[in-house]
Amino acid sequence: MKENIFPAIKITFIALLFFSGIYTLIVLGIAQFVPNKGEGTVIKENGKTYYSNVGQKFTDDKYFWSRPSAVDYNAASAGASNKGPTNPEYLAQVQARIDTFLKHNPGVKKEDIPSDLVTASGSGLDPHISVQAADIQIDRIAKIRGIAAANIKQLVLSNTERPLLGFLGTERINVLKLNLALDNLK
Amino acid sequence: MKQRTSNKLFQSELVKEALKDSFTKLNPAKMFRNPVMFTVWIGTLVMIGVCIWIAAGEQSQGNLTYNIIVTAVLFVTLLFANFAEAIAEARGKAQANSLRKTREETPAKLLQQVGEVFMNEIKIIPSSYLKKGDVFICEAGDIIPSDGEIIEGLATIDESAITGESAPVIREAGGDKSSVTGGTKVLSDKIKVKVTTEQGESFLDKMIALVEGASRQKTPNEIALTILLAGFTLVFIIVTVTLKPFGDYAQTPITIAAFISLFVCLIPTTIGGLLSAIGIAGMDRALRANVITKSGKAVETAGDIDVLLLDKTGTITIGNRKATNFYPAHGVNEAHFIKSVVLSSLADETPEGKSIIELAAIDINNFKLNRPKFIKFTAETRSSGIDVDNTRIRKGAADAIRQLCEKNGNAFPDETGKIVKGISSNGGTPLVVSENEKVIGVIELQDIIKPGIQERFQRLRKMGIKTVMVTGDNPLTAKYIAEKAGVDDFIAEAKPEDKMNYIRKEQKEGRLVAMMGDGTNDAPALAQADVGVAMNSGTQAAKEAGNMVDLDNDPTKLIEVVEIGKQLLMTRGTLTTFSIANDVAKYFAIVPALFITSIPALQALNIMKLHSPQSAILSAVIFNAIIIPLLIPLALKGVAYKPIGASALLRRNLFIYGVGGVIVPFIGIKLIDVLVALFI
Amino acid sequence: MNTEIAGIFIMFILVMAFAIPLGKYIGKVYSNEKTWADGLFNPIDKIFYKLGGVNPLKEMNWKQHLLALLTMNLVWFLFSMFVLMNMSWLPLNPDNNPSMSADLAFNTTISFISNTNLQHYSGETAMSYFGQLTVMLFQFISAGCGMAMAAFVFFAMKEKTTDKLGNYYFFFIRSCTRILLPLALIAAILFAFNGVPMTFKGKDTITSLQGDTVQVSRGPVAGFVAIKQLGTNGGGFFGPNSAHPLENPSYFTNIIQTIYILLIPVALIFTMGYILKRRKLAWVIFGVMLTGFLLLLIPTIINEMNGNMAITKMGITQPMGSMEGKEVRFGSGASAYWVVNTTCTSNGSVNAMHDSLTPLSGMFAMLGMMVNSLFGGVGVGFLNFYIFIILAVFISGLMVGRTPEFLGKKIEAREMKIAMIIALLHPLLILTGTAISSYLYAHNPTAYASWLSNPGYHGFSEMLYEYTSSSANNGSGFGGLGNNVPFWNISCGIVMLLARYLPIIGPVAIAGILANKKYIPESAGTLKTDTGTFGLMVFAVIVIVAALSFFPALALGPIAEHFSIH
Repeated sequence: MKENIFPAIKITFIALLFFSGIYTLIVLGIAQFVPNKGEGTVIKENGKTYYSNVGQKFTDDKYFWSRPSAVDYNAASAGASNKGPTNPEYLAQVQARIDTFLKHNPGVKKEDIPSDLVTASGSGLDPHISVQAADIQIDRIAKIRGIAAANIKQLVLSNTERPLLGFLGTERINVLKLNLALDNLK
Repeated sequence: MKQRTSNKLFQSELVKEALKDSFTKLNPAKMFRNPVMFTVWIGTLVMIGVCIWIAAGEQSQGNLTYNIIVTAVLFVTLLFANFAEAIAEARGKAQANSLRKTREETPAKLLQQVGEVFMNEIKIIPSSYLKKGDVFICEAGDIIPSDGEIIEGLATIDESAITGESAPVIREAGGDKSSVTGGTKVLSDKIKVKVTTEQGESFLDKMIALVEGASRQKTPNEIALTILLAGFTLVFIIVTVTLKPFGDYAQTPITIAAFISLFVCLIPTTIGGLLSAIGIAGMDRALRANVITKSGKAVETAGDIDVLLLDKTGTITIGNRKATNFYPAHGVNEAHFIKSVVLSSLADETPEGKSIIELAAIDINNFKLNRPKFIKFTAETRSSGIDVDNTRIRKGAADAIRQLCEKNGNAFPDETGKIVKGISSNGGTPLVVSENEKVIGVIELQDIIKPGIQERFQRLRKMGIKTVMVTGDNPLTAKYIAEKAGVDDFIAEAKPEDKMNYIRKEQKEGRLVAMMGDGTNDAPALAQADVGVAMNSGTQAAKEAGNMVDLDNDPTKLIEVVEIGKQLLMTRGTLTTFSIANDVAKYFAIVPALFITSIPALQALNIMKLHSPQSAILSAVIFNAIIIPLLIPLALKGVAYKPIGASALLRRNLFIYGVGGVIVPFIGIKLIDVLVALFI
Repeated sequence: MNTEIAGIFIMFILVMAFAIPLGKYIGKVYSNEKTWADGLFNPIDKIFYKLGGVNPLKEMNWKQHLLALLTMNLVWFLFSMFVLMNMSWLPLNPDNNPSMSADLAFNTTISFISNTNLQHYSGETAMSYFGQLTVMLFQFISAGCGMAMAAFVFFAMKEKTTDKLGNYYFFFIRSCTRILLPLALIAAILFAFNGVPMTFKGKDTITSLQGDTVQVSRGPVAGFVAIKQLGTNGGGFFGPNSAHPLENPSYFTNIIQTIYILLIPVALIFTMGYILKRRKLAWVIFGVMLTGFLLLLIPTIINEMNGNMAITKMGITQPMGSMEGKEVRFGSGASAYWVVNTTCTSNGSVNAMHDSLTPLSGMFAMLGMMVNSLFGGVGVGFLNFYIFIILAVFISGLMVGRTPEFLGKKIEAREMKIAMIIALLHPLLILTGTAISSYLYAHNPTAYASWLSNPGYHGFSEMLYEYTSSSANNGSGFGGLGNNVPFWNISCGIVMLLARYLPIIGPVAIAGILANKKYIPESAGTLKTDTGTFGLMVFAVIVIVAALSFFPALALGPIAEHFSIH
């Protein structure tokens, strides 16, 4: 025991210095070369700063809605609903979201609503929606903003992020960027 | 293999005895030895309690008849397992008894003894009164009353009672063939025999005790397997016990009968019930091959053997070498040479010596010898011969004679050397003969390799066993025969300590070695070997040193013993696999049955479409019970060993017992369910 | 091909492409052979040896290895308890987060030193940066511990009849400095350049486009995430772990993280092949693990991509699959792939919420942890697999008519006893834990109502999952379980503790005992362990011992839930 305890203590503290200290400092140092110095990717628009990766709440009819969030897009306490797939309370909540969506988007048929629009994301901060989720909101936004649906469709297309290298993963739309572009579309 | 008793697995008297034993084995002290079946035993007791509880008016546990049936099936499961052990014991005992019977109560002609001196007075007493150290006399026609060692005389003996071999054998005092076995019959001559074992302590007695269970100890593999099975049992105890609160959460009441049925079905009762039967059957199979084992462990170890030391004579070659040619040296008269050769072999009682006289075809009785002095063969001189009329005739291995001659300043002729080499390289054995330390010629001895022996070695090689031929021949001859017979290695010009050294060397490298021997000088090697099989005809020392005794004195028996050992392990392994593989089907029978009433969605798990929860549970426990007696024949006969290489064997057994073990219960449980459904 | 499926293929192919050479490199590191990085690392290691006062060349037997490991872990335990319970006044706490309660600190400490990283707290609100850096240390060194023990077992398997089996400190320090550190650095830098924050600044306050005021948590995330994936730790910086857009911002970072989860567990198999010079055995083991892995993976992907049956019944189309608890940037395919990766390897990080998985996917996640050796945690995954090898060797050895032997060493009663205890332990801990909690809940549902966020079968699954994850030292959770209460903190802590150290002690003891035994050379009668047939045998043992024991429990949880909507 004795021959092990002192090495154990000493090595633990050297390791603390090394892996928590030096390792972190190296990464921190290198992060200084990253745009915005490792404080997160931001978009600066009209004097305001937004974190491009952190989803925002959009419930206003004039914006593309973001996904439902279990934490109401609170980026200081992110989280998910953690509802089980067959939980009746949860299914009722999904039903309510469907109903709300249909009320705000009268022309939309229920079977066209993609699941990402009625389910909460894992982080509660999902910055993206699917292309289909954007498409079915075009008519509503066109009507409110009085812009031709085709123009908005064009905007959606130009804001669609392609799969990585064109063939890996999903196609998606960053809601914040799309809505910023929407505001700039005069 | 000589089968003297009926090979029928279930003789009615044995079954009767075994049935009785099945009940006496319910004694908890005995059940405790087998942890798997002991838990079933407890389960049965609990179920009896449950039945009483229901009879007293409890409502929550299902109806009484169903519970009684479950209890009965569990009880029968126990009986089946006990029966398996009992029938194996009964068979072993019957086999041993039939051997013993032959030697019971034969009259013995005891030689009266006063102090240390034997009188010439004979008293007839029953054989069972013979004590160790007593001396008795046997004459032509007598049955030998006890195991012993001949201390005087020579006799032909019919050992067919023990070995089944009808050809009589010769046993004589001194040397390696001095041992006689009780129950065999003297055909000619008269011998004095000293009793070597106390009554009740002969190998056969020990074997019977071993089979009967009193002194049966678990072998190392059996212990490890028991741990594995106990481990599985514990896992399933956890699985079953925790199911109670799970059921509480799911608001699913589960009856005690269902809990115990699930548990009993999941634990490896099949192998648990058959385990000791398999072990006993292994010893029994050895006994049927006329091999007495001194412990179960020896049989098990035989399966692990890596190296087999085999004596050339009798194992690889038929009997003994025969003289086939005389080559007198240059300038030596052939008749003189033959006469010298015969003289040198007069006292040579070895088969080779006799064959020389045979080949010479001279009437020995014409010889008038003047105070002949016979020189016996010793391991040091490695030659034998005779001193007569100032002539010293010696015959022996080429290098022994060369040494002898050269020491005395006489050259070893080149021409002789050539002949010697020529004979050796043709597999013959040259014996060089010298007269007054001068070479006078060479005798050629030839070996005849047993037909079919190559195939056996091939088989051994596939089993992964290295065969080593032990011979007194010179290396050239040995090499020739080794190649011809197909053994992997040989020890030429073997002295007793060579065997010992070879065994030690192999063991140091981690291999297990088996050997067979009969002589006293084999005893240390027999003791050193992991499996030492002593021939029954061998000396007492050899028999004590080995851990098996072969009643047939058959040198090829080792091969059989190895296969018996392998069979023993394989039977355990395959039945374990089968037993555990069965669980898959049992889960699918019982788990849905437990929950279907309160969670109808789980009907989807009832892939066998069993009739009802109760019928499902009953079918599973019934299947679980009857699979035990159905597998008894396999447990007793053993799983056939096929020398096809370990991987192929595993593939084969995994397919038959693993895949079979998954499929069979699905079919079995379904069939039983169809029957049970008729009554529920 | 579907771009989601293509992404999964690429991720696995990349793992193989990196793991095989990495395995060889690790083999060289442990064998003290020359590598390209010696010039850099020799001086670093020397600092550890010298200041630590250890002689890295002193050979140890298995008991000495274990003693050194356990002593070190005890020091970590005390150190971590101190930090977590005193964070409020220790430095690097810009958000003024509080210290932990004793039971939470106990749970968190064991969780991190045992390489589990079950988090009954949410990083943003319950941890100071000093606390995060401390637990990050454990992500390095607890992984190093597991790898050191795997290295020990490799050498014990290789050696013939000796009890001199390398030096613990040598294996441990080399694992940390030469394997974990450089790989973590590479990933951390990639993350930092791809949107993962690396800063010591506290929360930022912004106004959203819609006009809401929002606080955004940040921190030294990039460095943290790199080692969390590499060491199969899985402890997240933020509560939602790698689902958080700052912890895992894009499909690209997701690919790197997913590769890192599997990287060392796969590489170590090839390390074994390298050290033992038995490449075929390595491929057989890899094959068995891959088979099990695929059997869990394929149905999970299908289930998730098909979506939640209950939502389909409501008339919603699910072209993206089941999206509750998932992020759009990953999609259901890559999320399902992650689910199986993280549970098979005892990593436990998540990029989608396991509580919201479709029932059968939840079951496959649990099965991955119940088996706990399909690749498994760094080092320890192999140790668990080793137990299954021993059991399979024993049964199949008997089946070919020989006393069972593994790599020339006879397996006898003593080894079987240890192997069985370890094989027993996992079902014992999981089922007993779940049984106690089920019992409490069933008999007083109102008192424990806060435990379960979902009713019925799914609630049962939440409890089963928590203990499974604890016992597998995995650390992922069905997040709905209200687990930051003394009952769960303490019971899971105990489970993690036992499930970490006993399964290290057992295999190390067996390997040590076997190494000391007489070596039996191979013959034609020897069962070869590097064949497909033997692989099949190991697989069968895993299915029957590890998976089937949980069948009744799974039937009451995910299976019942699944059939209730089908």
